[in-house]
Amino acid sequence: MNRLQVELPGLSLKNPIMPASGCFGFGKEYAQLYDLSKLGAIMVKATTLEPRFGNPTPRVAETPAGMLNAIGLQNPGLEKVVTEELPWLEQYDVPIIANVAGSETEDYVAVAERISEAPNVHALELNISCPNVKCGGITFGTDPKIAGELTRAVKAVSSVPVYVKLSPNVTDVTEIARAVEAGGADGLTLINTLVGMRFDPRTGRPVIANGTGGLSGPAVKPVALRMVYEVSRSVSIPVIGMGGISDVDDVINFMSAGASAVAVGTANFVDHFVCPKLIDVLPDRLDELGIGNITELIGRSHRI
Amino acid sequence: MILNERMKVAGQREIARNIFELVLEGELADEIREPGKFVHVRAGETMDPLLRRPISIADYDDGRITLIYRAEGDGTRVISEKERHGQADVLGPLGNGFPVEAGAPGTKALLVGGGIGVPPLYGLSKRLKEAGVEPVHVLGFQSDDVVFYEEEFSRLGETHIATVDGSRGTKGFVTDVMGALGHEFSVYYSCGPLPMLKAVADGMQGTEGYLSFEERMGCGIGACFACVCRTDTNDPGYVKVCSDGPVFKAGVVSI
Repeated sequence: MNRLQVELPGLSLKNPIMPASGCFGFGKEYAQLYDLSKLGAIMVKATTLEPRFGNPTPRVAETPAGMLNAIGLQNPGLEKVVTEELPWLEQYDVPIIANVAGSETEDYVAVAERISEAPNVHALELNISCPNVKCGGITFGTDPKIAGELTRAVKAVSSVPVYVKLSPNVTDVTEIARAVEAGGADGLTLINTLVGMRFDPRTGRPVIANGTGGLSGPAVKPVALRMVYEVSRSVSIPVIGMGGISDVDDVINFMSAGASAVAVGTANFVDHFVCPKLIDVLPDRLDELGIGNITELIGRSHRI
Repeated sequence: MILNERMKVAGQREIARNIFELVLEGELADEIREPGKFVHVRAGETMDPLLRRPISIADYDDGRITLIYRAEGDGTRVISEKERHGQADVLGPLGNGFPVEAGAPGTKALLVGGGIGVPPLYGLSKRLKEAGVEPVHVLGFQSDDVVFYEEEFSRLGETHIATVDGSRGTKGFVTDVMGALGHEFSVYYSCGPLPMLKAVADGMQGTEGYLSFEERMGCGIGACFACVCRTDTNDPGYVKVCSDGPVFKAGVVSI
């Protein structure tokens, strides 16, 4: 049997490694580099009802061991995603997790209903945590009541399990986690980026045109690990962990903290082959650690 | 094909103040089919600086590529410390370069570069000359101490230098030189800061032209949408500099 196999609501993962939403487009670019069927799953770029151009540039800035981005959910809109992007991905043997974003409940519901019917979409990731758009996004993810209600509304129309992507920009992440669990979420994904800034010392202005951006990369890893740990202990639905993962021990540590699978984001920009490399080295690392099946890692820190 | 290769450092030297010429050896060089493409270089082996640095390919030949860049920030400073026999983690070739075939044999092509936008024009000039097109170069720099490759360009064709402070060549901008050239050009190519690209495109209206753009990048392959530019012409209303460019036909990108 496959010792990297992980079973989650809607998702039969041949390994627990997947690229994170926003870092992988709809797969076409990375498909020039390696076979996407190798991945456990793909979290595709956020889809909104209408096409979005996104924010002015500069949209990214490097920070110590990390980066800020404020792309602004640029995407071709629901129609193009379901008629062009998702069908193109059908040539690969890989489940797709569709990231759904919007500015009002009706938008989320409309996108979720239609996109969840795509044959290769096995789960939704409800994006209530994007820090870079003026309406919607994070405003849904910082209020437990609103987050729970939105989850319920999307669950009512989705043909596949719904995972909710949580924001770290809150005082108590477990409160939101419990609220969306009560709203019927099948799983959680965390963390989205931390709101940050960088300034240009010559001009005194923010480097990112949007002013603020979302911080990602190794710099956020300790925060992400802490939140995965806290959240996975306070809910009974599975967690997909992310935030600064770039090497095999990061995968081990996120799963030990309580994640059932992990997503890799910024590291795809540093080493474009990081996902297949992690999948290749995982079995050897499990051997070194005396672990038979990768599922033995999930939440082992809670049991110590 | 895009390769990720640990290329061997064949040499590195400072050719003007803070301007470095880095020569790398590896299979990646043989994948380059046209001038004006770029590579994405990892500065060091650690997490800081984290992101790769997009650097244009100045020249390529028989298993070697030449990169010319300015050591200005943390990443390029680390790259400038690489020494002969060392290695560099390079992803590429990336993007779309200059169409050499746009220049008709027997005609003249105008190549206008500004500062660190000058390097990709060198590889272009060599290919144009090989194709029987006569290159004419107008290269602009801030001042005498950051001028580079004047001799190399002069060997390929007529070369004019402009410096903002007048410490070498014509005092002023590339457009001041362009106005006095008095040649007929079948095509023009340009790479440099946005205001220069705009001035060059305005001055060359009516002539076919190709402009190479620069924008802050994330992934370098078109997945992250960091480096988009608005357009007036195509369907989605934008292009990605890294994967749709960096070279665009004049008029495509709004400037």
